[in-house]
Amino acid sequence: MTDTSAAPIKLEKPRSQWRDVWVQFRQHKGAMVALVLLCVMAAFVLIGPLIWRIDPNFIDPDPVKMIRLRNKGPSWDHPMGTDQIGRDILARMMFGGRISLAVATVAMLVAIFIGTTVGVLAGYFRRIDGLLMRLTDMFLALPLLPLLLVMMFLFRDAAAKVLGPSMGTFLLIVLAIGVTSWMHSARIVRGEVLALKEREYVLAARSIGTPARRIILRHILPNVLSPVLVAATLGIAAAIITESVLSFLGLGFPPDFPTWGRLLYDGVDAIRTYPERVVWPGIAISLTVLCVNYIGDGLRDALDPRIRGR
Amino acid sequence: MKIKTLLMGAAAAFVLAPAAQAERGADGELKILYYQAVSTLNPYLSSGTKDVEAGSLVLDPLASFDQDGNMVPRLAVEIPTVENGGVAADLTSITWKLKEGITWSDGTPLTSEDVKFTWEYCTHPEGGCAQGAKYEGVKTVETPDPLTVKVVFEAPKPYPYQPFTGATAPILQKAQFGACVGAAASSCTEQNSKPIGTGPFVVTDFKVNDVITLEANPNYRDAAKPAFAKVTVKGGGDALAAASAVMETGEFDYAWNTQINPEQQAQMEAGGKGKFVNAFGTLVERIEINMTDPSSDLPEGERSTPKHPHPIFSDARVRQALSKAIDRNVLVEVGYGAAGRPTCNLVPAPAYQASDNTDCLTQDIEGAKKLLEEAGWVDSDGDGIRDKDGKKLSILYQTSVNAVRQDFQALVKGWWNEIGVEVELKSIDPGVYFGGDAASPDTFQKFYADVEMYANNFDGTDAEPYMSQYLCDKIPGPDNQWQGENVNRFCDPAYDALVKELSSTVGIEARGALVKKMNDMLTKDSHVIIPLVDRGRFSAQSNSIDGFIMNSWDSELWNVADWSRVK
Repeated sequence: MTDTSAAPIKLEKPRSQWRDVWVQFRQHKGAMVALVLLCVMAAFVLIGPLIWRIDPNFIDPDPVKMIRLRNKGPSWDHPMGTDQIGRDILARMMFGGRISLAVATVAMLVAIFIGTTVGVLAGYFRRIDGLLMRLTDMFLALPLLPLLLVMMFLFRDAAAKVLGPSMGTFLLIVLAIGVTSWMHSARIVRGEVLALKEREYVLAARSIGTPARRIILRHILPNVLSPVLVAATLGIAAAIITESVLSFLGLGFPPDFPTWGRLLYDGVDAIRTYPERVVWPGIAISLTVLCVNYIGDGLRDALDPRIRGR
Repeated sequence: MKIKTLLMGAAAAFVLAPAAQAERGADGELKILYYQAVSTLNPYLSSGTKDVEAGSLVLDPLASFDQDGNMVPRLAVEIPTVENGGVAADLTSITWKLKEGITWSDGTPLTSEDVKFTWEYCTHPEGGCAQGAKYEGVKTVETPDPLTVKVVFEAPKPYPYQPFTGATAPILQKAQFGACVGAAASSCTEQNSKPIGTGPFVVTDFKVNDVITLEANPNYRDAAKPAFAKVTVKGGGDALAAASAVMETGEFDYAWNTQINPEQQAQMEAGGKGKFVNAFGTLVERIEINMTDPSSDLPEGERSTPKHPHPIFSDARVRQALSKAIDRNVLVEVGYGAAGRPTCNLVPAPAYQASDNTDCLTQDIEGAKKLLEEAGWVDSDGDGIRDKDGKKLSILYQTSVNAVRQDFQALVKGWWNEIGVEVELKSIDPGVYFGGDAASPDTFQKFYADVEMYANNFDGTDAEPYMSQYLCDKIPGPDNQWQGENVNRFCDPAYDALVKELSSTVGIEARGALVKKMNDMLTKDSHVIIPLVDRGRFSAQSNSIDGFIMNSWDSELWNVADWSRVK
């Protein structure tokens, strides 16, 4: 009689793909630090204004008080000091960060969406490849800043009328940046798709009659995710800078709307006397860009099954 | 003002006394910094202030303007007037007498032929003279004898002093420039970079857009002047670097146009090597109020035209309330420091035509609120913004992109919010805003906003052309490609009548009185223009230079012959 009651084999819990990605992502120290920092930044701009309740545009209406409040260094009342007309810099940094981060994220999403769509379509369907790539070339050849300026110039009033001055400008800036920065990701994605679609598993899928839509969603998109993510992180950085340029030229947000880019430009005038005015927004912008880049780096490693587990 | 003038005059006399006994060229080298580098020394070929001022080291006009805007004879014996017979009774000509014995730096004598030639040079149709406006309305220039010049005008000129006065209209030597008339003007490189003049210095070397070296004119009319043997005029850098070169490092003796913000002014002055000098001319930063409706609901071509009066600003009390709510002292403190002063006038100088209106200098928030209530604007729904007949008191406030202007916008918005006015801000690229492109909706002439801010001034001391900008027929609109100067769309037959009266009024005092009246009509009576800050010229001068008198009516180097080194 054999003992049939052998101890049941202990099966490990099935691991999902995203769990693996997360485990691998945690191996990347830089990315983890960046993720934490970015969360802190997000909390600073999102939750900060709920705790620090000073209006970023508040100027003391009493001229005597206002004059006394100007150009203050850091103190308990104003942890980052005040600017040349007595506005609280901490409040302006929080409010400005909200706008800068929102613009950057949304513009990046728009750019990535357009870029990936164009790239995948061009790479997968040979018939429209030439057309789409010439379109991309055309956009690449356009001088972007003048194009942005013309767009802002033509549609600003119309957008402001429908959505109000700040929301209208937001939408316009986001669209303008998105529409002018998708080309690089489109080219990267197309190249990747061209290589992928000759791989055995795609051929196999096609040979059993899988429709193109499903092949793209199931087999191709997940595999182009890593270059897309890298392009996205670079896009965030570029979007923050572009927004500052537009604000500087007077075609971005109205002047009473602080953004990190605008704070930086305003601070340049006072750089000799009050260098911290440039340092605060400068740190915020560089830190965000750096964090996003590191996270992108970590994600790319984590998403690549060949690197995973090494 | 009077006392200040007297004191300055006294100080100048005090300073000049020892210098007069000094010897020519005894004080070594003078170093001047024009951070916008000089590109020509012929002021007739450049409208740039830097070129005109550098030219004034070498070239002399018949008369200059002193620090108060009064004319002082330079090459002329005296200032011609109707009283001394220099100006014809019918105002159609003016006769200048040249001083005897004046020679050019090459030793040849100055004659009335040179003066006449200068007029021919600048009015040549192919010459492209940058100072053509100075000779407008001149019919001919006659030379009865070598020391007499008679300028004949096409029509009676109540202000006949435009030609040959100030650093923008100096006398050129006929012998040197004779071949440079008309189309050849700009190709005469040698002449334009080394003009022969009657001024205190002679050019020895000229590197375009870089550096000019000059030495004392051996034939200068005053044997004891100038005190400096050599002058170097250097270009390059920016306002901040220029100020620092005089105030902190002491590399230069004088730096032109050091417009920097008040905090930096204080920091630089702590350097102890120099001081900032200012002089106030006619440049006034102001808020202009649109008397017509800029609403985008109106069809293009009717927006901001007199067809539709402004729904809010047609009531003068609202305009006055906006003016009352502003604290001009704070604006000066924040934006300009010593380079500005608060003003209530459109024409702030010279003294004989500046109104004594100072009502606006103290802020009156309560008074402003009361005015709005009287005008029927009350906050009926409790949202902090006044309304009337269902319309909110909400305005769009535009200006150019400029750090100081954006600070002003923020401050003014704060005060206007305080009295219950909602303000939306807009800033426009200066190239577009001042560009004058009739197709752009963002130019200051088109004025598709309720209020806008910028600065403007007038050339010289006579305000007549400036005041006539506010005539009814100067309103910009689609029929004149939006090119009028009356950006407020102000129109008052009584004002037009005054402009007409001014064009035939003689005598400084009478003309001044008229200008004052017109200034008050535009500012304190109607509040169509809200003047904010009188912006001066602002330069840096080393403590080791004596005899410097800042001037906003002529070249800042107008009295460089009197400068000397402190011993």
